[in-house]
Amino acid sequence: MSIVRCVLVKALLLPLLIILPVLAQAETFVFTAIPDEDESRLQQRFGKVADYLSDQLGVEVRYIPVKSYAAAITAFRNDQVQLAWFGGLSGVQARRLVPGAEALAQGFEDQFFKTYFIAHKSAGIEPGAELAEAVKGKTFTFGSKGSTSGRLMPEYYLRQAFSAAPADIFSRVGFSGDHSRTIAQVQSGAYQLGAVNYAVWENMLKQGDINEDKVQVIWTTPTYPDYQWSIRGDVDQRFGQGFKEKVRTVLLEMTDPELLASFPRKSFVPANNSDYAPIEATAKAIGLIDQ
Amino acid sequence: MTFITQSFRCLAGKVSRFLPHLPFRENSSARRLNGVCLLMVGAALLALFGADIEIYAVDPWQELGKIGWGLLLPGWSDLPALLQALGYTVAFALLAVAVAAPLGLLLAMVFHWRPIRLLCAALRSVHELFWGLIFMQIFGLSATTGLLAILVPFTGVFGKVFAEIFEQQATQPAQTLPPAATGLKRTAYTLLPQSWSALLSYTRYRFECALRSSAILGFIGLPTLGFHLETAFKQGQYSEAGALLWAFLLLIASLRWWLRARLIPLYLIAAVWLLPETIGFSGGGSLWQFVSVDIWPSALRAGDGSGLLDWLTMMFSEQVWPGLVQTLLLTQIAVVLTGVLVLLTYPLASRALVGPVMRWPGRLLLLVLRSTPEMVLVYVLLLLLGPSGLPVVLALALHNGGLIAFLVANASDAEHKSRITRADDPQGLKRYAYVETPRRFPAMLAFLFYRWEVILRESAIMGILGIATLGFYIDSAFEEIRYDRAFLLIVVTALLNIVVDSVSRRLRRQALPDTAQ
Repeated sequence: MSIVRCVLVKALLLPLLIILPVLAQAETFVFTAIPDEDESRLQQRFGKVADYLSDQLGVEVRYIPVKSYAAAITAFRNDQVQLAWFGGLSGVQARRLVPGAEALAQGFEDQFFKTYFIAHKSAGIEPGAELAEAVKGKTFTFGSKGSTSGRLMPEYYLRQAFSAAPADIFSRVGFSGDHSRTIAQVQSGAYQLGAVNYAVWENMLKQGDINEDKVQVIWTTPTYPDYQWSIRGDVDQRFGQGFKEKVRTVLLEMTDPELLASFPRKSFVPANNSDYAPIEATAKAIGLIDQ
Repeated sequence: MTFITQSFRCLAGKVSRFLPHLPFRENSSARRLNGVCLLMVGAALLALFGADIEIYAVDPWQELGKIGWGLLLPGWSDLPALLQALGYTVAFALLAVAVAAPLGLLLAMVFHWRPIRLLCAALRSVHELFWGLIFMQIFGLSATTGLLAILVPFTGVFGKVFAEIFEQQATQPAQTLPPAATGLKRTAYTLLPQSWSALLSYTRYRFECALRSSAILGFIGLPTLGFHLETAFKQGQYSEAGALLWAFLLLIASLRWWLRARLIPLYLIAAVWLLPETIGFSGGGSLWQFVSVDIWPSALRAGDGSGLLDWLTMMFSEQVWPGLVQTLLLTQIAVVLTGVLVLLTYPLASRALVGPVMRWPGRLLLLVLRSTPEMVLVYVLLLLLGPSGLPVVLALALHNGGLIAFLVANASDAEHKSRITRADDPQGLKRYAYVETPRRFPAMLAFLFYRWEVILRESAIMGILGIATLGFYIDSAFEEIRYDRAFLLIVVTALLNIVVDSVSRRLRRQALPDTAQ
């Protein structure tokens, strides 16, 4: 008997599983965000941001956590989220896929973001105003493949300095997947060199997670624009005239330090698509985006 | 544990039946066995030359110390979140198996049709994580994505293994049926009752695999244990990582107490209720866009023949070929190392070799090895050995070695229980070398051949961590939103898997004619 019951339950379940996504409510404003450090308790921290947005905008706002820039872009493109806190590069990629999408605001720090090149002491590379020739032939790790500060900009400057692809400059090129991991892997000597988001480095230094006898900054890139809020072009049709501008205002007016600490940014300042033209040009130049 | 013992018996049914006669078999069978082993080891030694397995001088102790403390002193501040992640992990696994097993059964009934065999091979040739990445493009971050990512490849596996179980059944009962009886009737009245217990125990074993898959899907964003595990490792919060690993170990170790046939309907209802709510996805998605546009190179869509050729040449020389070679080489080394590891570790957990009490530490070791996600092992080994294919090879060998050694030790225990001991039975090393290992060896080899394709899939997947196997290029393609590249690479990976699967079947038949159909 129990077998029959078991089979029956299974048979009943199947169609239910397929239609589940359809049952989700459509008129909720959903956003996603991947902070450049501390990805723990995302739901809890960004749930508060969602509450703030919900209060200010007068619509239900939900947050969904994602694991990678690619997942954030997919969600943005599929209209699963309408608003996203992207890195410079992922924002460019996402807006290319969604016609009408706009950059709304960037973090105060993102107007002049930079990347640190770091090295294990045993690599014997001294800090300098230029990228030292001595980095050639060493092992090197980027952060995540889709990261602006951990991949795009460092690769750009490497190509500029040595007129060669990273794989030809270094004896081994890796992708640690994350800035904290880049630091951990260079500190452990797994890689001799790495490129890391400056803000993450400064914070980990402050928290005492970095042993400066083992790992140090050897070069700093020029500044470039990075993280920004991007919104889909069709939100005004779905949530009412002027909704996009309302979202921009609400983001710029976010002053609660607890909310800002989740990103972590000092404040948000206005931004638009053209601010990211250099990022797009760089991505095209190194072949991360097709012409 | 009994269900794994049973599944061992069902998988290696014929092996165990012929085991007691092994010493009396003609010489040629042993020679064939040796020949195939030699071939495998030789290929692995050759692979050592081409594989990327450098060791780097590293200074890992600060980081490893932190990991060690985290494992010893696990801590988790947010209990509801942990329970929720555990719940999701079980819910995905349970529902996926509940759908995949009946589907697999249906496929097994028509497995003699070549298209069905190909379908099953194709379904299981793509790793759960890659299925997950594909379905995420179509169904967003949703319960549907998680369920399909497990149940699609599992359906392929169930179809194949159930068909193999059917083939092992005696044909006499079927001959008593009227000749006009249809295939369905034959299955329902003879094959199903004959093989029911084997089918059930294999399904239970696959459920354990599904739990692992479900946990690992968290790495790409589904809210299972892997989600928090990935974050904890990324952020260096090792006591949280420790808590998650221990929770997962307990979940697997306690299966025998909570996985009861009578409770399954209840669990299924609970699982449906537990499934994470899908936020913001209205169901339309971009299925058509994905199938008709995204996965095809733009040159093909534009009808630009020479552009397509350029694209294919670039893909083949820069990604497909190097990725393929590394994947194959690392797999070959990992398979042989897995075998070595099994030979070294199974005695630690076997009653006949270390005794009824001392086998428990060994069993715990094997439990830890087979339950710790390979990604975590690779991460730790990467810190220890530096970045190359070596951590991947070791992690795959440790994980799969732990799994097979566990099955082998169980088989040894099962036989030990049923045999009358004699006073002059050899003990210790002699017993290991002259009694247990020769008896276990054919079954161990059969498992190794079964796991070959699994190891191949996993070494491809490890590319996600930055080692240049096929998975590295697939992951890059997804990160760069170049689905045309991802699609080509996944198809290549799948084809490679199908080829290796058929080679391993042929070798198994060569070495162990009694286990082959």
